[in-house]
Amino acid sequence: MMNKTDKAIYFDYASTTPVDPRVANKMMEYLTADGHFGNAASRSHIFGWKAEEGIEKARHQVASLINADSREIVWTSGATESDNLAIKGAARFYKAKGNHIITSKIEHKAVLDPCRQLEREGFEVTYLDPDENGIVSLESIKNAVKDATILISIMHINNELGSVNDIKSIGEYARSKGIIFHVDAAQSTGKLKIDVKEMNVDLMSLTAGKTYGPKGVGALYVSRKPRVRLEALIHGGGHERGFRSGTLPTHQIVGMGEAYKLAAEEMDQDNERIAKLAKYFWKELSEIEEIFLNGSHENKVPNITNISFAYVEGESLIMALKDVAVSSGSACTSASLEPSYVLRALGRPDELAHSSIRFSFGRFTTEEEVKTVAEIAKKAVEQLRELSPLWDMFKDGVDLEKVEWAPH
Amino acid sequence: MAYSRKVIKKFEDTLNNPAAHSVGRLDASSKNVGTGMVGAPACGDVMRLQIEVSDDGLITDCKFKTYGCGSAIASSQQMIEMLKGKTLAEAKQIKDKDIAKVLELPPIKIHCSVLAEDSIKKAIEDYESKKTPA
Repeated sequence: MMNKTDKAIYFDYASTTPVDPRVANKMMEYLTADGHFGNAASRSHIFGWKAEEGIEKARHQVASLINADSREIVWTSGATESDNLAIKGAARFYKAKGNHIITSKIEHKAVLDPCRQLEREGFEVTYLDPDENGIVSLESIKNAVKDATILISIMHINNELGSVNDIKSIGEYARSKGIIFHVDAAQSTGKLKIDVKEMNVDLMSLTAGKTYGPKGVGALYVSRKPRVRLEALIHGGGHERGFRSGTLPTHQIVGMGEAYKLAAEEMDQDNERIAKLAKYFWKELSEIEEIFLNGSHENKVPNITNISFAYVEGESLIMALKDVAVSSGSACTSASLEPSYVLRALGRPDELAHSSIRFSFGRFTTEEEVKTVAEIAKKAVEQLRELSPLWDMFKDGVDLEKVEWAPH
Repeated sequence: MAYSRKVIKKFEDTLNNPAAHSVGRLDASSKNVGTGMVGAPACGDVMRLQIEVSDDGLITDCKFKTYGCGSAIASSQQMIEMLKGKTLAEAKQIKDKDIAKVLELPPIKIHCSVLAEDSIKKAIEDYESKKTPA
């Protein structure tokens, strides 16, 4: 192990997960000269056939986790590419039918930025507000739909909050209207049961790197019944039935397949264990005064806990949580110096966004780690409040809303 | 957050031993005390500096509290070190660049040192306004 991460505790699984050792072992079989290193597009020899065999098995494994047909899986480089292919690909293919797209303000940038690009190309995009818990309501979608609407893109689980959208209801409605429905499921594989048929999903973005598979590989589910068509983004050889050209990275794909197979087998036990840890963690942290859970208590996956610690700035809290890897909605941790747009969209005041920390647990999180981090966090918040003029003022009964600040 | 070791050390020392690092407050109503509070919670940083000044214009004590990122807290601490034992005239000469330079602040964090300079100005202003007969 590299010494720098030796004592650090990783609570940032929603950002990416480590590769499960069982997955890494499988990948190793597809890299070296004594393994199946061939190009799956080589139809003339055994090296190519073996690679293709591995890829087709993985295609079944990925399809099986979301109850799709393996012919509905298109390999990509990750969820960002899948989102781009789904949104730009569908919009451009169906532009003769209409030019209106509906999405939400708390989607991942991999959805929002392609939407912005489509606006530059003449499409109209409605960005829906979620409710205060980070849920996009079916009502708000219904109200936004018009004759020109060709695509709805809504995420399954929000990456900052862990809030869960009601994909099945939205899917049922979109199908009844004949509108293509895309779901970014980057956070939900191995966390929630996914059934694209039952949910009436037309396009679904998947990634390996958040489900104990390798980074750099993902997939897009493209429904065959009803048949959804896309304009490709990458041309050059017609691989993946023309949806995505390029030599397939066999080891990555095999890794994704194995990771999804494990997700299917171990989801229930992983979730049950993580839910217990999360419950304990929240119970411990709720001893701290003036903290707020961002997102819904009920409609949330347990692996993500996003908390605002009032009167403490997020980046300083991260520094005080030395050796604990977490992320923050604070402006100071972003290159743009803007606080989290997700928390802003919930109507949270900026100061609470600056004070937010996302803790995310995973398969390898232990009870010991949760206990340790809860203790460290309690101490760090107390120490930073000791340093905080805002905490002083709060304790003195000053209404911070009424203070005239000098913004800079 | 590619901070220099100096920022990290200042931050951690202050966190672990606030009393020894001038964290606290002085009586804002005293006529020998000047208070400067700058920044805003919505921007992610608020700095409060208080200086106690003797009748011959020497800074005899200073305390601060800061809500903000690690470099804002380290900049506050650096400012305190630079202020101690100075005359008001000397304190007025402390510039944000001096603080940024000592701490090797990354460009994106320069506003933390600007905030520190502003808090010195405000604190001196407050003190001087108390001395001027209304």
